[in-house]
Amino acid sequence: MKIGIPRALAYYAYYPFIKTFFEKLGLEVVVSDETTKEIMDKGVEDAITDACVPVKLFHGHVKNIKDRVDYVFVPRLVSVNNEATFCPKFLGLPDMLECSVTDFKNMLEVRIDLKKKRLRLFMLCMSVARKFKKGFFTAYNAYFKALYSFKNYAHQFLQGGIPPLGIVAQRKNSPIRLGVVGYPYMLYDPFLSLDLIKKLINMGVYVVTPEMVPEKDKLKQAKKLKKTLFWTFSNSVVRTAYHFFEKRCVDGIIHITAFGCGPDFIVDKLMELEAKSRNMPYLTITLDEQTGQEGLNTRLEAFVDMLKIKRTKKEAALA
Amino acid sequence: MRKVSFPYMGTSYIPFNKLLTALGNEVVLPPRPNAETISLGCKFAPEFACYPFKIVLGTYVQVLEAGADTLVSTGGVGPCRAGLYTTLQEKILKDLGYDFEMITLEPPGRHLKDLIESIKKLVNTRLSFRDYINIGRFVWKQLTLLDKAERLSHKVRPLEVKKGETTRIYKKCVDLVADAQNMTELSEVEREIELLYEGIDKKDFDPVKIGIVGEIYVLLEPSANLEIEETLGELGVYVERSMFLAGYTVSNAVMDLFHMAGERDIKKLALPYFKEMCGGHGRESVGNAVHFAKRGFDGLIQLSPFTCIPEIVAKSILPRVCEERGMGFLAITLDEQTGKEGVRTRLEAFVDLLAAKRKKAKLMQKSQLAKEMS
Ligand code: SF4
Ligand code: SF4
Repeated sequence: MKIGIPRALAYYAYYPFIKTFFEKLGLEVVVSDETTKEIMDKGVEDAITDACVPVKLFHGHVKNIKDRVDYVFVPRLVSVNNEATFCPKFLGLPDMLECSVTDFKNMLEVRIDLKKKRLRLFMLCMSVARKFKKGFFTAYNAYFKALYSFKNYAHQFLQGGIPPLGIVAQRKNSPIRLGVVGYPYMLYDPFLSLDLIKKLINMGVYVVTPEMVPEKDKLKQAKKLKKTLFWTFSNSVVRTAYHFFEKRCVDGIIHITAFGCGPDFIVDKLMELEAKSRNMPYLTITLDEQTGQEGLNTRLEAFVDMLKIKRTKKEAALA
Repeated sequence: MRKVSFPYMGTSYIPFNKLLTALGNEVVLPPRPNAETISLGCKFAPEFACYPFKIVLGTYVQVLEAGADTLVSTGGVGPCRAGLYTTLQEKILKDLGYDFEMITLEPPGRHLKDLIESIKKLVNTRLSFRDYINIGRFVWKQLTLLDKAERLSHKVRPLEVKKGETTRIYKKCVDLVADAQNMTELSEVEREIELLYEGIDKKDFDPVKIGIVGEIYVLLEPSANLEIEETLGELGVYVERSMFLAGYTVSNAVMDLFHMAGERDIKKLALPYFKEMCGGHGRESVGNAVHFAKRGFDGLIQLSPFTCIPEIVAKSILPRVCEERGMGFLAITLDEQTGKEGVRTRLEAFVDLLAAKRKKAKLMQKSQLAKEMS
């Protein structure tokens, strides 16, 4: 039995768990190919025009993999905690796919709603295992292995690595520290983000992403906003930025957002206003299926150069 | 005295005005969204903000300029952006240097205490319990009357002999409701509304029926949807909208208080297509589409603001719903660049198509009947 996982959206946030779980259940896991122009185009073809880029890309990945496997795993991510849900497009994802990709018959839809129930994830895993006629102990084992693998993954981030991009560690003595905030499926898809993180690192920048900030530091920032945002990833992004503002542990912030993203207009404006009042350099980069390498490079270089100059000035003033 | 203002949406300013005045505030009436509102909104809002956000922001700037010092708005809980409007709008406006207080009325279900706190701030005069009841009854009556006048206008407009008469009468009805001072007058107005509509010369035919679904603000605010109902009515189409003011207030406030899921059956209708509540009114759009189809409507129009998330989800589902049920489908995306003429042309084409489809179906029926007879 082969199970396919589209390399998009939730994949980038949770793949160690998903992958390990299915593997330990004894299924063959096939992840769709890394994003290419072709996959992107396929997605654009089928998804409705005003959808955001990542959602279109998900369509592309589904098409890339669906004929090669028995089932394609499509999560309906509703919530993973008590305070927020995911963006409405995550919530309606399976419904959209069903209508947009016409010959998609082998969807394995799993609704993930962990609100207010402990053990919910465990139960969920059990029921998925049952679907594939796997016994309790296999499932039990798979669940804990998956959990372990996810924890390990999260830990690597905290150590300064970026596992989805194959970055194990960054040079601690980089002259510039930069907060790069955005949703995991934007930041860690090298095609979509035009390899932005690696570019920055090559410019001698130490990159900090939301996943690299400990959960409890983010939670501390939660009270700063009058109202919690409704979306899990957005909360994480805004809180990370607020954490940076308060601790001043980075020289500047880059926000990566997708063209046509609904929640981000709020997220971006909130951070922009705060950055302005806190006097923190802030750059928004909006990516779509046509963003060119050239323009991006110049903008990044200019931004980093500006930070470097600022830094030398500050150091000169101190000396 | 507090100078209070609020966003403009359809005719809701009439009961809102009454309510806030009765509670002892001075009201700065928001202007009907116009070109200036929209350009102000676009100037200060982020580029990708949804259209309602921009209009409301523009309105706020206008009323603040006119001297308001308190803004009241409804919050609403996620997962859509509407509930976050105020947080961001407040920040943007403060950043522009305006000084005011923002009062957000949260739906009572989750934040009952906050709601009471907010309301307390708005009560600036001594009122007895009886007064509250009276104010409540009066405002509610106004709401229902306004809805009624509007519903009637939808029914009558396609049949009118003299073009534009219904619109004129409708405006008159709105004024009557706005001018009424007490319950007795309102009851009189109710009768008068019926009489006025009866007085319109009508043709006798069965108009093409179109249902309209979509996001609440563009649905309820004619200046945001380029007066689509009027345009359609004048094309001889019977239009029905999935949402009305009174209905919205009920589902939002009352149902929420008792944790009832509002519009149960509408949601059930959407179930085969749309398995998750996804904020805004995406699911209601789908459910109402099914409902319209069941009632034999010829076509469906979806109105959505540009980048509206729930409606985008709905938009990928609606074509299938309509196809399966033999209903025509037209999606209209609204933003500051949408032109009235362009929309009009699309509407005309759509209506022609529906009329042709109807004729064909009738012919088919006839020939089938003839076959059976022979
Ligand atoms: S959060 Fe933005 S980018 Fe992500 S799915 Fe929603 S609209 Fe798309
Ligand atoms: S429902 Fe649509 S228009 Fe309304 S707030 Fe949400 S995204 Fe904006």
